[in-house]
Amino acid sequence: MSRIAATFEKLKSEGKKALIPFITAGDPGKGYTLPLMHALVDAGADIIELGVPFSDPMADGPVIQRASERALANKVGLKDVLVMVAEFRKANSTTPVVLMGYANPVERMGYEAFSIAAKDAGVDGVLTVDIPPEEAGGVADVFKAHGLDPIFLLSPTTPESRVEEVVRAAGGFVYYVSLKGVTGAANLDTEEVARKIAMIRRHCALPVGVGFGIRDAQTAEAIARIADAVVVGSRIVNEIETAPESEVVNRVKYLVETLRRGVDAATK
Amino acid sequence: MKINDLPDVRGHFGPYGGIFVAETLMAALEELREEYDKARKDPEFKAEFEYELKHYVGRPSPVYHAKRLSEQYGGAQIYLKREDLNHTGAHKINNTIGQALLARRMGKKRVIAETGAGQHGVASATVAARYGMECVVYMGEEDVQRQAPNVFRMKLLGATVVPVSSGSKTLKDALNEAMRDWVTNVESTFYILGTAAGPHPYPMLVRDFQCVIGNEAIKQMKELAGRQPDCVVACVGGGSNAIGIFHPYLKHPDVKLIGVEAGGSGVESGKHAAPLSAGTPGVLHGFRSYLMQDENGQIIETHSVSAGLDYPGVGPEHAWLKDAHKAEYVAINDEEALAAFHDLCRFEGIIPALESSHALAHAKKIAPTMKKDQIILVNLSGRGDKDINTVAKISGIQL
Repeated sequence: MSRIAATFEKLKSEGKKALIPFITAGDPGKGYTLPLMHALVDAGADIIELGVPFSDPMADGPVIQRASERALANKVGLKDVLVMVAEFRKANSTTPVVLMGYANPVERMGYEAFSIAAKDAGVDGVLTVDIPPEEAGGVADVFKAHGLDPIFLLSPTTPESRVEEVVRAAGGFVYYVSLKGVTGAANLDTEEVARKIAMIRRHCALPVGVGFGIRDAQTAEAIARIADAVVVGSRIVNEIETAPESEVVNRVKYLVETLRRGVDAATK
Repeated sequence: MKINDLPDVRGHFGPYGGIFVAETLMAALEELREEYDKARKDPEFKAEFEYELKHYVGRPSPVYHAKRLSEQYGGAQIYLKREDLNHTGAHKINNTIGQALLARRMGKKRVIAETGAGQHGVASATVAARYGMECVVYMGEEDVQRQAPNVFRMKLLGATVVPVSSGSKTLKDALNEAMRDWVTNVESTFYILGTAAGPHPYPMLVRDFQCVIGNEAIKQMKELAGRQPDCVVACVGGGSNAIGIFHPYLKHPDVKLIGVEAGGSGVESGKHAAPLSAGTPGVLHGFRSYLMQDENGQIIETHSVSAGLDYPGVGPEHAWLKDAHKAEYVAINDEEALAAFHDLCRFEGIIPALESSHALAHAKKIAPTMKKDQIILVNLSGRGDKDINTVAKISGIQL
């Protein structure tokens, strides 16, 4: 069983929901990523989503764009990210790591070569934002063949007729983007999200995670009531951006602990 | 597969093209594809597009035999397809009219566009005013500074110009920002993409709207010279003017097609915008094609005297034409383009766009190697009024 499947299974048996925090690798500096990853786990993260910096993050709002720019200024590329995951695995063999990024860095390395290197480093899932299942055909198969779960997005604009097609290509879990727009957008409508998730579940046996618009314990709790996993990105990256460098790890840990309490409140 | 059958249903030109976007845009692109499919089979749509091109744009644009320039260069006869004479001064308007008509069919009241030099922004603002639509144009902060007259033109036409301060603050970042707007406002908004690039169906529909250039030229060359040219030369940034003239000429395999990229300070210097000449395949802005990228797959900054060619990617059909050896792609550096710019001003009384000057510079290179009864047709994609500040600055002249 994959680490992602095992994690969801364990949570289910405990009657809990997953918390999936996101950070961009190499932000605010190369040396911060490893301590941040361990801090996320200590604070209650079930899965870590690690952003791979890209020069043109088309689907991201300003907060994560700036994180990408900081990481690129620190010369952090896909190969460095894989090294960071391998380092993380030396001390943690249970928390799944999902890489989230854009097609081109992976394409440049080569899908096969990337899959081998990622599996080797201890990566569990890969979300390439700009590769929908239609283009992924071969790519998702390559990931799967190397034991990587291809994570795909579903959005408010995804018609019901398409959900099954996306789910067929997916592995690990599916990620429902709760808002139209880029990462970091506001105004979460939980009732609308609940309706969509009910529709998705009719076609999908995989766990359903929800991201976009989750900013605090309250929103995390509201989403944890309806989804299997709560993904938080921009809010955490914002904390990294605004904290003094010496405080970054502690502030992120404190924030994720708060989010954890919110997620757990949903299942009490 | 015959070239005219490309792209396939998912927008692939061989390994290039496709739809590489986040899930939120998939439905919008599908809707656009379906609507375009209906529109192009609809005689009324076709008739209105043609009417607008004739009465609003001023088409057909003439083909002109540049005799003095040909004599000066001493070889092949140079003919110019005068897209510079279109309303708004470039080929861009052919496409924005087509897309605005599509937007209207789809009931979208708000259009957005990206722009580099401002030509596509002006052409988008123009059609938005013409059809009574709200228009927002994204433009890199750096380009807003460099192209102040075009910014003012867009504002005169009623558009909102949003400066983009992320990334390198140029065209590619404006495109990222337009995509972000579209993702957020996807139900109310039509994205007027300016070149034959982006996710399917854009490369196909922009090509189709721009093919009026080549279709006219084929007719006009026959009338004017009694035959087709030996070669057709066009500048390539994203590649819309080039594909517009190349695509119809693919039916004439004897006509050599040459795309001219921006060589900047010289391809060997690394400071250029010539992905077909010196790039590698990759995925950016929703499609796969040749890109300017580093060994980690990060997009690198481009350099060209011509803002309209300053783009790290190129339309997927050009990538396919290159690999299939159906067109040849070369690079012309800033200096050569500037020399050709001045030549056309002095010998023909035509101020060309710096983009088009790249095509003219290549004609200058090859004309002397050809016989006097051979013909080069250059696509003069735009006029150079917008570039006079740039040229003055390079010449050390304060305007």
